[in-house]
Order: sequence, then C-alpha cells, then structure tokens
Amino acid sequence: MRPWMMVFALWLPLAAMAGEAQPVAEDPVLEQRMIKLSEDLRCLVCQNESLAGSHAELAQDLRQEIREQMSAGKSDDQVIDYLTQRYGDFVLYKPPVKPLTWLLWFGPFALLIGSVGGLYAYIKRRGNRPVDEPLSEEEKKRVADLLGNNGNKS
Amino acid sequence: MKRFLIPLGIFIVLVGFLAVGLQLNPREVPSPLIGKPAPDFKLALLSDPAKQLSPADLRGKVWLFNVWASWCASCRQEHELLLDLSRQGVVSIYGMDYKDQPGDAQAVLNRYGNPYVETVVDLDGRAGINYGVYGVPETYVIDKSGIIRYKHTGPLTRESLDKKILPLVKELQQ
Repeated sequence: MRPWMMVFALWLPLAAMAGEAQPVAEDPVLEQRMIKLSEDLRCLVCQNESLAGSHAELAQDLRQEIREQMSAGKSDDQVIDYLTQRYGDFVLYKPPVKPLTWLLWFGPFALLIGSVGGLYAYIKRRGNRPVDEPLSEEEKKRVADLLGNNGNKS
Repeated sequence: MKRFLIPLGIFIVLVGFLAVGLQLNPREVPSPLIGKPAPDFKLALLSDPAKQLSPADLRGKVWLFNVWASWCASCRQEHELLLDLSRQGVVSIYGMDYKDQPGDAQAVLNRYGNPYVETVVDLDGRAGINYGVYGVPETYVIDKSGIIRYKHTGPLTRESLDKKILPLVKELQQ
C-alpha cells in the first residue's frame, strides 16, 4: 500500500464521524443554556444524577419542558420556579438560604468557629499549668530508691 | 471521669443523628403541593376517550388520585388494596394512567379488576409533571375544596392506608 493511500484510509473514519455529531436541538445556544441549568438540578428518579446527565424518562421529559419554556422566552429563574413549585427545593442541588436551611448553610461555619474557640480555650488553659520544677534532693533520693540504685549516681 | 463524658456525649449525639438518618426514606421527597389546590387538567377518560374529566368536576367530595401505568410493576402490588378499598366504598378512587398506551392500561384493568371510578389518560406525562410525579405509583388525597392534603409515593401498603390515608379521609369527609 502506498503512503498516501494509508493516510487516506486513516482519514476515512473521521469523515464518517463528522456526519454524526449534529446538535440535538435546532438551537445550539438554547441547548447549551438548558444543559447548564439542568446540571444544577437533581433528577428525581435517580437521585444522585443531575437532570442533565440522567437517562430516566422523567428527566428527558423535564429537559424537554425546560427547552420549551426557554424557547418561549422564560428566564432561568422562572424555569427554576416552575420546577420547585412542583418538585420542591429537593430538585435544587444548591438549596436556597431560608430559615429551614440555615443549619445547612451556616452549621459548618458555626461548628468551625465553635471548635476553634474550644481549641483556643484548651490551649490557653494548658498554658497556665505550672511548669515542671526540678526535683528536690529528697525526691531524687526516693526515685533512686524506687529504681533500686541505692543512691548511686548513674 | 469528666474527660470521658465529653466524647461519650458527642458519640451519643452522633448515634442519635445516624439513627434518625436511617429511619428516613430518601425516595420520599416532600411535595410542595400539599396544602395547595390540585393542579388542573382536562384529560380524556380511559373508558371513553370522547369524554373528559377535570379535578373541578370532583369538587365537594374527598377523593384519592392514584397515578399508575400498565408498565409499572409496583402498581400491581397495590392493586389488590385499591380493589379492596373500592369494594368498601369508603372513598372514591380516580386513576391517572401515566405515560402509557391506553390499550395496555385497559387490558390490566380487564385482567386484574378496576378499582377506579374513572381513569384519565395522561399520554405525554404533562399532567404528571404538574403534580410532581416522579415515581409511579403515587397517591394523592384531595379534599372537598380541591386541595391536596397528602401524597404517598410508591405502592400503598395496608399500614399506610390504615395509619395515614383512611383516618385523614375520614377526617376530611366530616
């Protein structure tokens, strides 16, 4: 086989692939917007997947719904409102800040501040402990007795 | 002694949290629709596609709205309970055939019995989305003024009926 034929043969599958990669929706900008939004939304059927990545039928329907609402000129917030009215805050991977979620949002910081405070207090208290004093002669003798050295210096 | 109490306390609190966490069911998504009017729809009946039903037609009575489908295996599980409930005649059950072929749905009813006063057909799942349906079967309790009072996700059980749904229905019927 001649080199140019080889190059041509290698190029063939690429040419075949190029035909397949077509945009899913007619409007690629809108599709991008839909995917970006649905990445932050939870699929209710398989709850650890985003709405963008899920193959569940409900996820497909909801993506279609988002697509249609976006092409009807609705803003991202309006689409999110539409979904939370039906499925609750549960669909949002980023829950809104409200009294019910305060513990969720601020709990970790409160825990951090609390434990830093606790650590500070602990270290401070330990710092106030009396420093080790050298043993008196009598104590040294007792230690030596207990160790069985009979007062011999080591 | 005191130095052991603090870790022990923390441990007990942790165990408490974990114990509560184990009791929770992650499939049970709290519905924001409870206490809100049942979303409107106007859908064809399974028994007669020429006729339509809308929740407004059912004002003045307490009813169960059961979302099911012929492709849904766990719907078969609760079917017997629904049949039993409809025989008792305590509350009327209306069904919604969710994203299904009407022919298949009718075949299921013919074979296993029909607990529904009527079943509406939601071919494209639009009405289902408005009700926040995400896992069939789902059952809603709707009161006389058309407000959703309770939602049960997944197949009904004898326990969920006796403990939750039927007492609530009785209370709402008064």
